[in-house]
Amino acid sequence: MARMKFLCDADRCIECNACVTACKNEHEVPWGINRRRVVTINDGKPGERSISMACMHCTDAPCAAVCPVSCFYTTADAIVLHDKDLCIGCGYCFFACPFGAPQYPRVGNFGGRGKMDKCTYCAGGPQEDNSRVEYTQYGANRIAEGKLPLCAEMCSTKALLAGDGDMIATIYRERVQKRGYGSGAWGWRTAYRMTVAG
Amino acid sequence: MRALRFLSLALALSVAAPLLALALGVSAPALAQQGTPRGVVSAEDLEAATLRQGGIISGRITIPDAAQGNLIQPEGKAWRDFHNVTLAWVGGIAVLGMLGVLIMFYMTRGKVMVNGGMSGRTITRFNLLERANHWMVAGSFIVLGLTGLNLTFGRHVLLPVVGPYTFTAISEWGKIAHNYLSFPFTLGIVVMLLLWAKDNIPGRLDIEWFKKGGGIVGKGHPDSKRFNAGQKMIFWITVLGGAAVAVSGYLLIFPFQGTDVADMQLAHIIHALISVLMIAAILGHIYIGSVGMEGAFDAMGSGQVDVNWAKEHHNLWTAEQLAKGGVSGAPGAQAKPAE
Repeated sequence: MARMKFLCDADRCIECNACVTACKNEHEVPWGINRRRVVTINDGKPGERSISMACMHCTDAPCAAVCPVSCFYTTADAIVLHDKDLCIGCGYCFFACPFGAPQYPRVGNFGGRGKMDKCTYCAGGPQEDNSRVEYTQYGANRIAEGKLPLCAEMCSTKALLAGDGDMIATIYRERVQKRGYGSGAWGWRTAYRMTVAG
Repeated sequence: MRALRFLSLALALSVAAPLLALALGVSAPALAQQGTPRGVVSAEDLEAATLRQGGIISGRITIPDAAQGNLIQPEGKAWRDFHNVTLAWVGGIAVLGMLGVLIMFYMTRGKVMVNGGMSGRTITRFNLLERANHWMVAGSFIVLGLTGLNLTFGRHVLLPVVGPYTFTAISEWGKIAHNYLSFPFTLGIVVMLLLWAKDNIPGRLDIEWFKKGGGIVGKGHPDSKRFNAGQKMIFWITVLGGAAVAVSGYLLIFPFQGTDVADMQLAHIIHALISVLMIAAILGHIYIGSVGMEGAFDAMGSGQVDVNWAKEHHNLWTAEQLAKGGVSGAPGAQAKPAE
């Protein structure tokens, strides 16, 4: 089985935010929730980089480790998913997540945040694949259709890569070798305890 | 003629030099850019440095949710370690340890009896307002404590027993109860402070009380006014601990209202640690107020305590009350409030 990962090549990302828009549209993500966003560091200064970031589907995921109701599970492709029928909206996963991935549909005063929502790697949830109920709760399940996440698939500069970790790391290393530079894979050290180099 | 040529050369140089410098100045970054375009940024180095320093990598974002500007926030790791390791150990040892100590204590020391036996005459210890307020705080504290412990230990203890869906229902209702019962709890803490603070100021008698090991561990009964040193400790643990738990809890109930993720993590750490220590302390309080001591429960039950109990445990206070004539002859009869 593949070990699915995201890799954002920040030297290619042009901050067009199409990945954000595609994600919202594909999964009909409600207002106020962004499963993916583009962060620009060193804005307007030398070393400016834009990075598209979402749930990184960590190895030993912190969200799963702290969840008081154990609603997270990891698929055979190492995609980290959660069961919204079990989530109590406590916010602990948001405290633990290094990437700010967990989102809540409401402001959250008096603990009324609603069920947590995050990037599913376009893999839906525990409901029956591509059923109506799965789509309503989690959005499309492209993985079940043999496709990769839409954000990466439609990235115009192919900055955002999704797929088996070894495969996208090889693609990235070839790019770096060819063009002679690369800022590395953002979040890999934190999410996978490794760098893209090896 | 020679001087003129030198002068013109000097003039030409003085004009050319800045131009040359300008040309070099422009070409220098252009050269540098060939090797490292758009400046040098290394995700690996930045992440490693941020992890070491506990900082946050953040940047500009075009969506309204400003909190999403944080790209990588590694301090979540420290919070995870606290929640999963530190809190589980501290909470487990504090709560189970206290239960163990109390059971051991009951087996060895047994119930603290009234030496002179019950006299049948009673004296008012707590009036209706004091008792109602005590039970408001006590009732909400028990629910707050159990639902709080459930968030840390429930998935290891309760989840395997009741199954995931029942456990989620319990936890979700528990969360709602936890949030809303914070209000009567906090109100009760404030009322407690107003009602009892004046009788709980530490004094010289308290040192004596500790030296003699109280009436519990040691033999005999040290002098005591309305509250002895042990009760004063419980009072201040409840009031000060309750205040800290209330403040940190309300920061968590209203997320991002003047706080960021790091603040909320800190609030949770304070909230959780003080809570488990308070639960341990209150377990001791529940023990000595119920099975641990004969006649003690009446103080918060009917509000009327036996005069012999009062004389043994709070001799100075009892003498004061008897002088005022607040004694009721028939057992269980309603005495008028001491005030």
